[in-house]
Amino acid sequence: MDRLRLATVWFAGCSGCHMSFLDMDEWLVELARFADVVYSPLVDHKQYPENVDVCLVEGAIANTDNLELLCRVRTRTRTLVAFGDCAITGNVSALRNPLGSANHVLRRSYLDPGNLRPALPAEPGVVPRLLDRVLPVHQVVPVEHFLPGCPPSAPQIRQFLENLLAGRVQSSQCATVRFG
Amino acid sequence: MAAKTLTIDGQLVSAEEGQTVLDAARDAGIYIPTLCHLNGIQDIGACRLCLVEITGSPKLLPACVTKVQEGMEVQTSSDRLRRYRRMILELLLAERNHVCSVCVSNGHCELQTLAAEHGIDHVRFEYLSPRLEVDLSHRLFGMDHNRCILCTRCVRACWHVEGAGTKNVAGRGIQSRIISDLNQPWGQSETCTACGKCVAACPTGALFNRGATVAEMQRDRTRLEYIVTAREKSQWIV
Repeated sequence: MDRLRLATVWFAGCSGCHMSFLDMDEWLVELARFADVVYSPLVDHKQYPENVDVCLVEGAIANTDNLELLCRVRTRTRTLVAFGDCAITGNVSALRNPLGSANHVLRRSYLDPGNLRPALPAEPGVVPRLLDRVLPVHQVVPVEHFLPGCPPSAPQIRQFLENLLAGRVQSSQCATVRFG
Repeated sequence: MAAKTLTIDGQLVSAEEGQTVLDAARDAGIYIPTLCHLNGIQDIGACRLCLVEITGSPKLLPACVTKVQEGMEVQTSSDRLRRYRRMILELLLAERNHVCSVCVSNGHCELQTLAAEHGIDHVRFEYLSPRLEVDLSHRLFGMDHNRCILCTRCVRACWHVEGAGTKNVAGRGIQSRIISDLNQPWGQSETCTACGKCVAACPTGALFNRGATVAEMQRDRTRLEYIVTAREKSQWIV
């Protein structure tokens, strides 16, 4: 059997889903028998490679960097998994949406509370531009599977990956998988 | 009272005249999901989650306000019903800001539980992300409009159980809001008896007891003083 080419990416989220992934503990050793992690914030690859089988996407799409990488991830990945509530609903990352556009949010964060030379961060090419709305992943590109939770628990991630490895269609339609 | 015989999901069920389809189904151990229904307060058929198919009726009917009839044939879970229920729940989740992970009701919310039961692992509709108020003017309770689904369980508990008539609905459609008295801060309401029945009735995190969230804990040392006085002076003074 070909080894699974597995990737994970981290967009606008707290990395809690990745921590939950690490929380699978010794099963990660088991996973390494079947899968190569070809891209992840947990490993040292700089470029998202071609021909990825499965990618777990943590976080919502909040800035131009997120958007660009997500589009690359989609074209180079067979199975995209929205991993955790931020990727699926926007969750905490999208709490800024009711405030209005990116400008409103930046003003609220950097100018309104600032008392010492308040200024908006502007470093073109270094600090990516915020999108006007934080978007769930499936509103930007098609997504094959959804794994809700804040974060999804390690046993849930493990069960999902085991199903995926066994070629079973993932069904998250059970009461144990919920938002929050 | 006359008994009526009907079938629910192919099962013969005997019900009392005047009973609703929902009550008859529950008595027979058949589950129909509900959200605006709460035992003990009158039903209004607002949430449409309990819609059922009744043979001979082209319309779907809400089980909570539909009375049983002799020979009625009821279907509680067809593909069409499941599709509509799912859509209702997704629209509720998209309409306001239901952020389960930071909600006071996370893990014990009826909307969250129903979404999981219906296999909702994402919402297909665009989130409206409205900017809504949180009313913390009441000494004991808070109202977070971000989490409100306008089921009006609080309104009905306030009017029909407590009899205070504080809670009401203002506005139309997407502008509808639960209000206190004449749309004033809850803490300034002259009719609220602070009974807490609305909080008990709420299915989500929209109404909550204050004092449980971050930085709200305030200690009451008077109870300690009372015990010290009792021990030292043998006086039980409250």
